[in-house]
Amino acid sequence: MRGVLSDRMGAALLMAPLLLFLVLAYAWPFLGVVKWSFTLPTPGLGQYQALLTDDLVQSVFIRTLRIAAIVTVVSVAAAYAITVVWVRGSPAQRLIAEFCILVPFWISVLTRAFGWVALLSNRGLINTWLQSIGFISEPLTLVRNEFGVIVGMTHFLIPFAVFPLASAMRSLDERVLLAARGLGSSRMRTFWTVFVPMTRSGIIGSAMIVFVFSLGFFVTPAILGGGRSVMIAELIYLRIFQSPDWGLGAAISVVLVVFVGALMALLFRYVKPKQLV
Amino acid sequence: MQQPGRAAEIKAIGIGKSFGSFRALDNLTLDIGRGEFLTLLGPSGSGKTTFLMILAGFVQPSEGRLFSDGADITDRPAEQRAAGMVFQGYALFPHMSVEANIAFPLKVRKKSAAEIRKRVGEMIERVGLVGHEKKLPSQLSGGQQQRVALARALVFEPGVLLLDEPFSALDKSLRGQMQAEMKRLHQETGTTFVFVTHDQSEALALSSRVAIFNHGKLLQVGAPDEVYDRPDNRFVAEFLGEINMLPLKGVKPADHGSTGLCEDRAVSMHCKAEKVRGDAILAIRPEHMSIAPEAAAGENGIAATAIASTYLGAATKLDLTTRHGAKVTVSVPNEVAAAALSKGNSVWLTWPAEKGFLLPDGGQ
Repeated sequence: MRGVLSDRMGAALLMAPLLLFLVLAYAWPFLGVVKWSFTLPTPGLGQYQALLTDDLVQSVFIRTLRIAAIVTVVSVAAAYAITVVWVRGSPAQRLIAEFCILVPFWISVLTRAFGWVALLSNRGLINTWLQSIGFISEPLTLVRNEFGVIVGMTHFLIPFAVFPLASAMRSLDERVLLAARGLGSSRMRTFWTVFVPMTRSGIIGSAMIVFVFSLGFFVTPAILGGGRSVMIAELIYLRIFQSPDWGLGAAISVVLVVFVGALMALLFRYVKPKQLV
Repeated sequence: MQQPGRAAEIKAIGIGKSFGSFRALDNLTLDIGRGEFLTLLGPSGSGKTTFLMILAGFVQPSEGRLFSDGADITDRPAEQRAAGMVFQGYALFPHMSVEANIAFPLKVRKKSAAEIRKRVGEMIERVGLVGHEKKLPSQLSGGQQQRVALARALVFEPGVLLLDEPFSALDKSLRGQMQAEMKRLHQETGTTFVFVTHDQSEALALSSRVAIFNHGKLLQVGAPDEVYDRPDNRFVAEFLGEINMLPLKGVKPADHGSTGLCEDRAVSMHCKAEKVRGDAILAIRPEHMSIAPEAAAGENGIAATAIASTYLGAATKLDLTTRHGAKVTVSVPNEVAAAALSKGNSVWLTWPAEKGFLLPDGGQ
């Protein structure tokens, strides 16, 4: 009993600095933001009413949800393929997959966004190459639009989608797959009817992480969207720093945080935190 | 449900398997008869499970050929072999109901919905799972999961059913119940059963034949009483149950068997001294020896002193030391053991000539 108690004490002490930091740097200032949303420019629910009627705010919300949904589907699908190789491939395949998963973490999000601009812009690598082989005559618009934003975000988020999937695939009982084969099921059929359903918790966890991350993206959409594909985080930035409309910016922030909080609560009803790493 | 004629006949010729430098299975040649219940018995790492995995098609042999009903299936992938398999730990599909688990092999074979419903229903009834159709495996007890695994492996009427230590996770009473059930399913379906275990009593109780493995080699194969009463070598003799080994000198053939000198007394055996001459080991099971005040002339017997006893309920296990210092264990009626111990002096150990058998001296 004493051992358990002192273990808990020890764990609490170890977590205390992080908790303190979160309270001081996030929770406390956020309470200020909540206060702004009800008091600026005049006290009341005016800013939340404006949210419901403002066409620009609503279109940005819908665009954000759409982009997040597309990015989620593409990222999880791509991450699933990579993870299968990483967890079940030959030693050489595993090494390559691991390299592809880990290297992106060493390159800053800003660098990667500009990298995509260099690849996707009108005189970028892809357009010049496609024109030089005569596949297209006019450059394709691949950047400063939603397409560019989706490409950049997907690229950034795939590694994050890998870990919950890997955790689910690693805990899967190999004999169940053998059983399916032994009962007459082809490799393909076994993959779709046994392997994929058995990694369901990983898929849910992975999708939730990517979706929640996508909702708050700022740098990537700001650079690859070129102002034409504004997402919520950028809209908050614009409201607070460019048009001094702190009340509306604060209200959008509050709505975003509540929405993300609700999604996380939903997620943890289906998936345990340790299944996500 | 199934005609015995459907059961598969399997022939393994010179099967070997190496994992790197480890020799898991060496030059195995074995015929598995149509509809027989063959048990592969051996300690862990003996090669029995490797052979089962080769039969299932999950492991490719390094050499040798495998035939099923005369067709070479060595290179045939697992999903085309139509062998039912029950795994250690059952390996049920955790996301599917009992019904869906059992229907899986039929769906794979693209049977009609009506046929699937009929056969799954029959199978559920046969293994006693009525009322559990919609449950998930995690909602079932170990014994029930075992039944689902058996039903799933038998529902598509495979030519052979492979079982990898299916009872190792069950407690003793449930184990006995499932063994009886499996024997019944074997009789009802008439399918060839190949069963892997490291439990010798399970092997002897269930099988029509037992194949004993050690260090990747098949040592002996035969009916349970055959391998128990006439083991070919020391490992088989010891693995199948407790056994007494007495040094024997001057072994030579005689009328109806062989003779030799055991602790300076002439003894006779019904078995022939084909493989052994001179020095050998005389092996006798504890339940085949008796205690007597004296050995009659011409009867097999040696003098010994009783030292300890263990009461087992139906009988008593008595430990003795022979005059030459060999340790012997016999299984005798309770009052005989008590009498032998209370006397505290020497008694005679006797045994019928047909119950002693010869093993080569030393080695295996």
